[in-house]
Amino acid sequence: MSQVLHTPPPSQATPADDDLTALAARYGLSVSGARPTLRAYDSQLWARRHFITAFATAKLTAQYSQAKLGQVWQVMTPLLNAAVYYFIFGVLLGTKHGVPDYIPFLVTGVFIWTFTQSSIMAGTRAIAGNLGLVRALHFPRAALPISFCIQQLQQLLFSMAALIVILLCFGVPVTASWLLVIPALVLQFVFNAGVSMVMARMGASTPDIAQLMPFVLRTWMYVSGVMWSLDKLSAKNHMPHVVTLMLENNPAAIYIDLMRFALIDSYHSSSLPPHVWAVATGWALLAGVGGFIYFWKAEETYGRG
Amino acid sequence: MAENPNEQIPTVVASGVDIVYRVNGTGAGRGTATAALNRMVRRKQSEKAAGVRKVHAVRNVSFVAYRGEAIGLIGTNGSGKSTLLKAVAGLLPVENGSIYTDGQPSLLGVNAALMGDLTGERNVYLGGLAMGMSREQIKERYQGIVDFSGINEKGDFITLPMRTYSSGMGARLRFSIAAAKDHDVLLIDEALATGDRSFQQRSEARIRELRQHAGTVFLVSHNNKSIRDTCDRVLWLERGELRMDGPTDDVLKEYEAFTNRPATPARAA
Repeated sequence: MSQVLHTPPPSQATPADDDLTALAARYGLSVSGARPTLRAYDSQLWARRHFITAFATAKLTAQYSQAKLGQVWQVMTPLLNAAVYYFIFGVLLGTKHGVPDYIPFLVTGVFIWTFTQSSIMAGTRAIAGNLGLVRALHFPRAALPISFCIQQLQQLLFSMAALIVILLCFGVPVTASWLLVIPALVLQFVFNAGVSMVMARMGASTPDIAQLMPFVLRTWMYVSGVMWSLDKLSAKNHMPHVVTLMLENNPAAIYIDLMRFALIDSYHSSSLPPHVWAVATGWALLAGVGGFIYFWKAEETYGRG
Repeated sequence: MAENPNEQIPTVVASGVDIVYRVNGTGAGRGTATAALNRMVRRKQSEKAAGVRKVHAVRNVSFVAYRGEAIGLIGTNGSGKSTLLKAVAGLLPVENGSIYTDGQPSLLGVNAALMGDLTGERNVYLGGLAMGMSREQIKERYQGIVDFSGINEKGDFITLPMRTYSSGMGARLRFSIAAAKDHDVLLIDEALATGDRSFQQRSEARIRELRQHAGTVFLVSHNNKSIRDTCDRVLWLERGELRMDGPTDDVLKEYEAFTNRPATPARAA
């Protein structure tokens, strides 16, 4: 029963396009690569949770596997970073005047800021930099930005170990408020993941954003009070109320301040902006939920040529 | 083409499928800054003026695949075979037309998820998770995957980073990981060309086994022998168009006549 069918394709033995659609409908076939509903997407993502964490850990381990010192760099890199900032802002520029426990203050700021910065940077390249993976395998794409954020969280935990040693060396006492580190980190992680998903979608359609982000992030860093105390700045310069309000409620500054409040005993709650936990939760929910929905909306377009 | 329409259950229906790639920055004077600026300013204008080049990889392809079929995809390099498979898998969006599938077709390929800096062992887990297997499933099949790949035949290589493997060893491990999962509709892109002769035989046997579990198997290959051994129907794509669709022997005969012709640019048949 040999049937040799020549071009043109539309006139071959298979029925016309309308009939094909009807055939597909009759047997209950679904459109390939269509976007799932938000609920289905959630459960798909949950089903891939082991992949998300395994991918993050694998990336983290692969990072220094060629280096002679290996995983020691996980702790060395943040420490060297902190040393550079201390040299410039603490020694050369003398920003430390008026801030008690300046080194713990600075190092906490640098580490917490680095967490947000690298999460967002990795998020921007999460889809654009992994097109091979996106084009080869089927999984909810949100797994990628989330996985990169988890990798940064793991990196931060290494940094926190270094930070605790620094804190103890500088005589900061261990108090019950150290437990606040956990809710603060959870909120910051949700915020980072949300922003990463927004950036991942934008970076997927316009890869140029990855070139622009370092400048945006550096500006953000300088206004977030990583190296100095924001309330000193605003008190001295008599800035308009709106500017002070914006500086105070800047999410990066909020998460940094919360961490300082949790860890450093000389950093009192009077230095925190009002309703700080509410603001921190608000930012996390806004970025987390909004970013997730924004990312999901373009799910079927990721990986296009 | 369907001999017994009452018995045939379709698993993949492609109807008038067009696939177009867009490539940025290929317009006239592509590299210069002024050209780039020009593109940004004239964004709303036609894509051609904006320096976006369209590559029409697949043109108006329609076919129906049924449960239990093994379908070979043949065609010269760049004829759109792999692109069509990716669209069936739902990994590339179609420009026109639509592709309907029964369940989730999966492409046999985990290469992109694996990392050269990790040991073979960790890559087995990572690749399995990336394909959607659970940790327990992987643990269960781990020994089978390693034995099938034959990586440990010449010493304990599975605990070394994958970047230290020879290209053949790497390809064997990748195929073994990819073939460890059961699929509804399985898409295989030139996977059989890897490894030595004994490994090729093992993989062809594994493909036949997968075909019994899977509803439908698609196989892209330039090796006419492996198409003949595994497929009963062949789609021949040429320049993105479906040139022939029929039983393996008939299509391969025409295709071999076509490829053995003296090297002149192919005319439309």
